[in-house]
Amino acid sequence: MTVRLMTPDRDFDLASPLPPHEPELTADLGLTTLWAAMAEGDRYLWDVARVVTLRGCLDPATIRYRQEVLSDFRSHPEVARELYVISSEATVGKKRIHGMLRRTPTSTLRHSVDALKVLVGHLRRLREVAAAHDGTWHSAGARRFFATVLAQLDDGYFAQIERHLTLLRFKDGQWMSAQLAQGNRGTAYTLRVPSDVRARRQRRFRTTDHRAYAFDVHPRDEAGLEALGDLRDRATNLVANALAQSTDRIAAYFTQLRTEVAFFVACLNVERRLEAAGVPTCRPEPVGLQPAPILSARGLYDGVLALRTCGRVIGNDLHADGRTLVMITGANSGGKSTFLRSIGLSHLQLQCGMHVCAERYRASVCDGLFTHFAREEDVTMRSGRFDEELGRMSRITRQLSPHSMLLCNESFTGTSEWEGSEIARQVVRALVGHGVRVVFVTHLYDLAQSLYEQATGPTLFLRAERLDDGSRSFRILEGAPLPTSYGPDLYERMGGWLPRPRRT
Amino acid sequence: MASGSHPGFERLSARTPSGPARLDGDAVRDHARTRSTGAPTAGVLFPGALSPDVPSPDVPSPDVPSPDVADEDSAVPEYVTDLHLDRVIDELLAGFEAYELRPLYLRRLRDEAEIDYRQEVFSDLERRPLLDDVRRFSRAMATVRSHLARAARVAAQPHQAARWHLDAVQTYAGAVVALQEDLAKADPRSRALRSFAAHLTGYVESAGFQKMVEEGASVQERLSSVRYILHLRELTVTVGRDEGEPDYAAQVLATFDRFRYAASRDYRIPLRDWDDMNHVESQILDRVALLFPDAFDALAEFQCRWKDFLDPPVVTFDREVQFYVSYLQWMEPLRSSGLSFSFPEVSRRLGRSTAVDAFDAALATTLVRAGRQVVTNDFSLSEPERILVVTGPNQGGKSTFARMFGQLHHLASLGCPVPGTRARLQLSDAIFTHFARQEDLSVTGGRLEDDLQRMRRILSEATAESVLVVNEIFTSTTLRDAAFLGRKVLERVTELGTLCVYVTFVDELASLNESTVSMVSTVVPEDPSTRTYKVLRRDADGRSYAIAIARKHGLTYDQLTRSLAR
Repeated sequence: MTVRLMTPDRDFDLASPLPPHEPELTADLGLTTLWAAMAEGDRYLWDVARVVTLRGCLDPATIRYRQEVLSDFRSHPEVARELYVISSEATVGKKRIHGMLRRTPTSTLRHSVDALKVLVGHLRRLREVAAAHDGTWHSAGARRFFATVLAQLDDGYFAQIERHLTLLRFKDGQWMSAQLAQGNRGTAYTLRVPSDVRARRQRRFRTTDHRAYAFDVHPRDEAGLEALGDLRDRATNLVANALAQSTDRIAAYFTQLRTEVAFFVACLNVERRLEAAGVPTCRPEPVGLQPAPILSARGLYDGVLALRTCGRVIGNDLHADGRTLVMITGANSGGKSTFLRSIGLSHLQLQCGMHVCAERYRASVCDGLFTHFAREEDVTMRSGRFDEELGRMSRITRQLSPHSMLLCNESFTGTSEWEGSEIARQVVRALVGHGVRVVFVTHLYDLAQSLYEQATGPTLFLRAERLDDGSRSFRILEGAPLPTSYGPDLYERMGGWLPRPRRT
Repeated sequence: MASGSHPGFERLSARTPSGPARLDGDAVRDHARTRSTGAPTAGVLFPGALSPDVPSPDVPSPDVPSPDVADEDSAVPEYVTDLHLDRVIDELLAGFEAYELRPLYLRRLRDEAEIDYRQEVFSDLERRPLLDDVRRFSRAMATVRSHLARAARVAAQPHQAARWHLDAVQTYAGAVVALQEDLAKADPRSRALRSFAAHLTGYVESAGFQKMVEEGASVQERLSSVRYILHLRELTVTVGRDEGEPDYAAQVLATFDRFRYAASRDYRIPLRDWDDMNHVESQILDRVALLFPDAFDALAEFQCRWKDFLDPPVVTFDREVQFYVSYLQWMEPLRSSGLSFSFPEVSRRLGRSTAVDAFDAALATTLVRAGRQVVTNDFSLSEPERILVVTGPNQGGKSTFARMFGQLHHLASLGCPVPGTRARLQLSDAIFTHFARQEDLSVTGGRLEDDLQRMRRILSEATAESVLVVNEIFTSTTLRDAAFLGRKVLERVTELGTLCVYVTFVDELASLNESTVSMVSTVVPEDPSTRTYKVLRRDADGRSYAIAIARKHGLTYDQLTRSLAR
């Protein structure tokens, strides 16, 4: 029995490591806001939301598989939430039972029998849910999952489990086989299920001539009693292990179910929030790894900002199909950074199977999303800001592959424009030449202009719009870099410097 | 090679296979003691009529203790501690304590032929499969001893004792046969191993050995096919024949197999095996014996018939070969870190003394274990050069170089491979060291006098065949005095013709006469605070180092004049 709601051929592994640049990605894209909306206060949902969004998949078929299961649960949200409750109860209960201190095979066996009784109850509930909604599912993932539950957990199976629970009481004593090891010591003690003949004969042995092969331990012979206990432990060891591992496996099944169902519950949660905020979401269209990248969107907005501001966001269109480099220039506070974040966030949403914060979205997957955002000046930083920036970039470049995407936000501004531009130019040229998708927000005119003049590869130039009256529309449009970043009008708006006090 | 000087070895095959049957945990040691106190017996892997851990009475070796006092610290020669050879020996012996090899590592040989004899064995064992084969054999022999000890302990329980005896014989026979085959396949070149291999072949092919193996296998076969079943109900234990009932654990696993998730852990609890059987187990065994009388009768008979089964030369080989195994085992990590060992050309009187890419064995062991780089050094002395005078910055590897020089001579005289890709070393009659001591308050007259007294003793005993290592003495005095005394020492050493390393802070001693060779510990030219630990043959020049440091701080004459002129 497997869950396989997230991936058709594999269990989703919550424990496998996240990309090492996860902290930067989280901070730069403001992901905690997204996760909080997905979790709605549930710690486990937060953990799952975090891991799934940070570890997107590369295969468009898998993305579509998740999208379809999500669509099924969108029609029956109560089922997703019920499965989450059952699996959470099953896994939490199991933990409590195994939190014991001193273990012997006998105590392990006793605890496992108790655990099994509890888990059987959860298995029955699972079966009931599956039976109640039989035939309502359209997605391959949900259909397979519920069909498996119904087929595997039938009445005959529950009877089989009950038989074990009876046998494990050892009403007629224990039979164990053994052989001789070094020093003729008994070894390979293995608990056996006696045949009926054997069991009957055994009762006879106790009173007849076979007495020669039997002996009693005196009730006050403490060492003898201990030795008997030791033999029992040896024989029970394997069965106790088998049963404990079996309950583990059932619990592992529930844990897996909890993880995978949590993802869909979290998706439903955030969709509900965005809907309440009055912003659109759409099912994106994933495209496989491409030499010439695909990236186009309509009404793309920053979901994190939408969650924070209850929907007061501006959507932008983007047509960057075939462009390896996207340079974004233009007015300060013109929405460049927000736009850059929306590209990053939507890409994470696309690759994990969620809905995307846009009206329409189509993009080719990338095998790593990296962010290099200018940091606030940090007084505790030992090395200088520029030093830190370059160190961060060098760490990123060590992880990049030709199918990665890098989002740069005002990178290399910790030094003079000329120096920063020169380094940035060399970095960008090298990365784009390597095939890495780069989206670069900058006010370094020297950099943008030189790339515009001698565009070596397929580059898209975007500019934050400034209306004629000097105000910002927060719209990002196609356009060549302009010589200034409109600093003067910011200056103007704040009313210039205060006049110098006149000396009297 | 004077093969005639190993009469004991030739006698090996003629010896009657009647030896100590009793082999408990201390058997290896006991065996050694029997030989050192009783009549002289031949070693299997060492030349000479005497066991190697007994000093030959005809070879005076004042710095080697007799084995009876070998365990006392006071008996270890001073030079062993000064050269850190004690640390090397501790490393060598780790895991080999039971074989009591320490005396072997302290006793230098005086005969080139004996050294050749050992080098041959090393050379054979160095070929990889054979060394592993021998190790496997030794592990098996340790098991044999432990099984026999168990048999002795449970002698009152015949079903158990007989089985431990059988297990010992089985292990022993397997080990001997495997070693015989391994030796035959390896086709050793050394006289020692060839001769032992021949003996082993004869032994393995003998009718007695063959019969023992056959009978043992048959008894073992019978016992291992015994299957019985126990029924435990309350306080009653019943023993019966196994009738093939199903395994219950497998049934449980099969039921839950459909949950295709891995269990989080192994819940089997490690159950301790008590050393010997308890009385419940004994009673069960007695009933199992009743159920299977044929197998247990055969077992009893086997024990009677093969009471004394150990071949004494095999037992001797097992101990003696550990000398070689322990040394090669110690070499392994050093070699895999890129360091080299080689067989030195050893002679009583050499016109030329050389080592290439050598290193301090004790320091290298520590550094390699910590994953750090080891710096190697060379030296070369040709007539009339006899004295290496080492100068240079402190902490630059001078003492290490001096120790290395002494160690090479000690290890070479054991017949062992020595650090370095190539070496030509003098077979010394004695090794002397004079290292700076911690201030000893009980000595009257102060440190300088103490130093001088020690040096006087050494110079009265050293000969042209001795090796002398002197490390930074006379530091308690002025440069002028140290130069004077140093000159006096070196003039005397030159007269004696003793091979010498002299570590000093007095530059002028480096060019004293035609016997002296100047060696300098070096630094990285661009950063004088970084030592290379390379000691190179070049003229002593303490000032060049000082100037480099000054430049780093902008304090050279030129720098200062320029900056002051501005």
